[in-house]
Amino acid sequence: MIASVSPHRKSTQRMWNLLAWVILVLLAIPAVWIVLTAFRPQAEVNASPPVWIPRALTLDAFTTMFGLNPDVRQRVAVEQYLVNSLIVATISTLVTVSFGTLAGYAFAQFRFRFHTLAFLGIILSRAVPGVALSLPLFLLFTRLGLTNNLLGISFVYVAVNIPFTIWLMDGFFRQIPYDLTEAAYIDGCSKWAAFWRVNLPLAVPGISTAAIFAFLASWNEFQIVSVLVRSNDARTFPPGLFAFTEQFTIDWRGMCAMSVIMMIPAVVFVILTQRNLVRGLTFGAVKG
Amino acid sequence: MALTANAVTSVPLGNQRLKAPRRRISWFPLALILPSVILILLVIGFPLVYSLYVSFTPYELLKPNSLAFDVSTMFNNYIRLTRDPVFWRSLGNTLLFVTITVNLQYVLALGLSQLLARVTRGQSILRTLLMIPMMFAPILVGFQFRWFFNSNLGLVNNFLFSLGYSGEEIAWLIDEPLGMFSIIVASIWMNLPVTTIILLAGTLSLPSDLYEAADVDGASGWAKFRKITLPLLAPFTYIALTIQSLDVARAFDIVRIMTDGGPAHRTELIWTYTTRLAIEDTKFGLGSAMSWVTVIVSVVFTVYLFRQLVKTRVVS
Repeated sequence: MIASVSPHRKSTQRMWNLLAWVILVLLAIPAVWIVLTAFRPQAEVNASPPVWIPRALTLDAFTTMFGLNPDVRQRVAVEQYLVNSLIVATISTLVTVSFGTLAGYAFAQFRFRFHTLAFLGIILSRAVPGVALSLPLFLLFTRLGLTNNLLGISFVYVAVNIPFTIWLMDGFFRQIPYDLTEAAYIDGCSKWAAFWRVNLPLAVPGISTAAIFAFLASWNEFQIVSVLVRSNDARTFPPGLFAFTEQFTIDWRGMCAMSVIMMIPAVVFVILTQRNLVRGLTFGAVKG
Repeated sequence: MALTANAVTSVPLGNQRLKAPRRRISWFPLALILPSVILILLVIGFPLVYSLYVSFTPYELLKPNSLAFDVSTMFNNYIRLTRDPVFWRSLGNTLLFVTITVNLQYVLALGLSQLLARVTRGQSILRTLLMIPMMFAPILVGFQFRWFFNSNLGLVNNFLFSLGYSGEEIAWLIDEPLGMFSIIVASIWMNLPVTTIILLAGTLSLPSDLYEAADVDGASGWAKFRKITLPLLAPFTYIALTIQSLDVARAFDIVRIMTDGGPAHRTELIWTYTTRLAIEDTKFGLGSAMSWVTVIVSVVFTVYLFRQLVKTRVVS
């Protein structure tokens, strides 16, 4: 930074660095504790006073969870939850991103009647709490025979996640210089071709960011699905995890193991897209 | 209201936007937004209207005939709510919860982002550490803090005991006002990273020449923060708070698993109370009225934030 750094400045700098580390480590401790617990032997989990640093690590919690432990008969249908969650999150992400990209492009590139009003309405629809939606949806789904239906749930998630996707994609498409589109028009491209062949390829990083947000939102959603799904066959991971905590004696280690499994997609996505994630959220605020 | 989302996000690109052709009637963009709009109307719009209708009826699951509309009794559910002390309690708790969470979380994120912007070593590791809470679903955050705040085997009490605290076990999730405190802590832990990351990105993107000029003028660190950083961060603040305001009802998941609004409604929020009335007690009419309260609170809150931010933009 600055060439001549005084010793006083140097020690302040060291203090800043140290402070940042202390705060962030404190912030991360709860998460680390959950992951550590999943790999501890059972005796350590309930030990009092607690064992702060594990003396041994084991996969017992995971083998029990997936039914590989012959001593434990009663268990949770984790595989079923996993499969359901994957189906719902994948279907809803594909549809959300396709629809959201189209609409985001329209808002970013065109001026049309009710432009601002439509955009605002869409964003406000995102502000509707899941609680307020789940009740009427439950009544309607019961009539239509859609409760406990994975497609029905996916459909709901698409609508819930589309506003945020449109918001993100609008920001991404605005970053693409309009000259490119104009050049495409001059070359005789149709409006669709200008979108499909010029803008869309440039928006791929944005689309992947939006897809991750949509996937995680569906993967993590608890409130709506817990009302719309009552059977184990269609239950996704979050209500599955919740059902597990409602048992008479909570198996804290088992819960931690389930949490670890549930975190996997988020961990992978966050690591893969650290950079795009920040850019995606702040697009439209940074001068391009 | 007209100058909200678009007005702010389009500012840096103002010139470019003017170049875009203004077409009179164009079917193309309308066709592009049509699938999204239809879906939102179908899955969000229609159910909301339906629940408004249900909220005017005394509908209960066990009395199928009660889904009948009667003008003379249409406001009964709402009247009943205004006479319900638990309703007022949940509303008060929610206002308290939202005010503290949003403000405290913003101030902490602002401080943390300024700190991180100054860090010279291990920036990328620190940023990865910061993102850890983002990997947790709200339901996991709730589970985690329910466990930590558990009075006899929770991490927090155990930690206090090993520090030498020798009083009685602290009932974090049960005593008042510790229950509210616990859910606020959990909620801030969950939301802090996103806000910090956005504000950090903003801080790092600020032009350095302004700071150099301020240095020449001999401005103090605080003056630079107040007069340069804070005003220029406004668009980032706007984005962070918008995301916050849209996600505020996610607190439902945390509270549902940590305290479920209890004990004795001490941590009852409007969202948990809605589910209690509608899903647990199957009073769909009353529950729908309650759910409309949550919609109105959310919309008022979002619009209020938009306005505040438009104001801060004008000042800067």
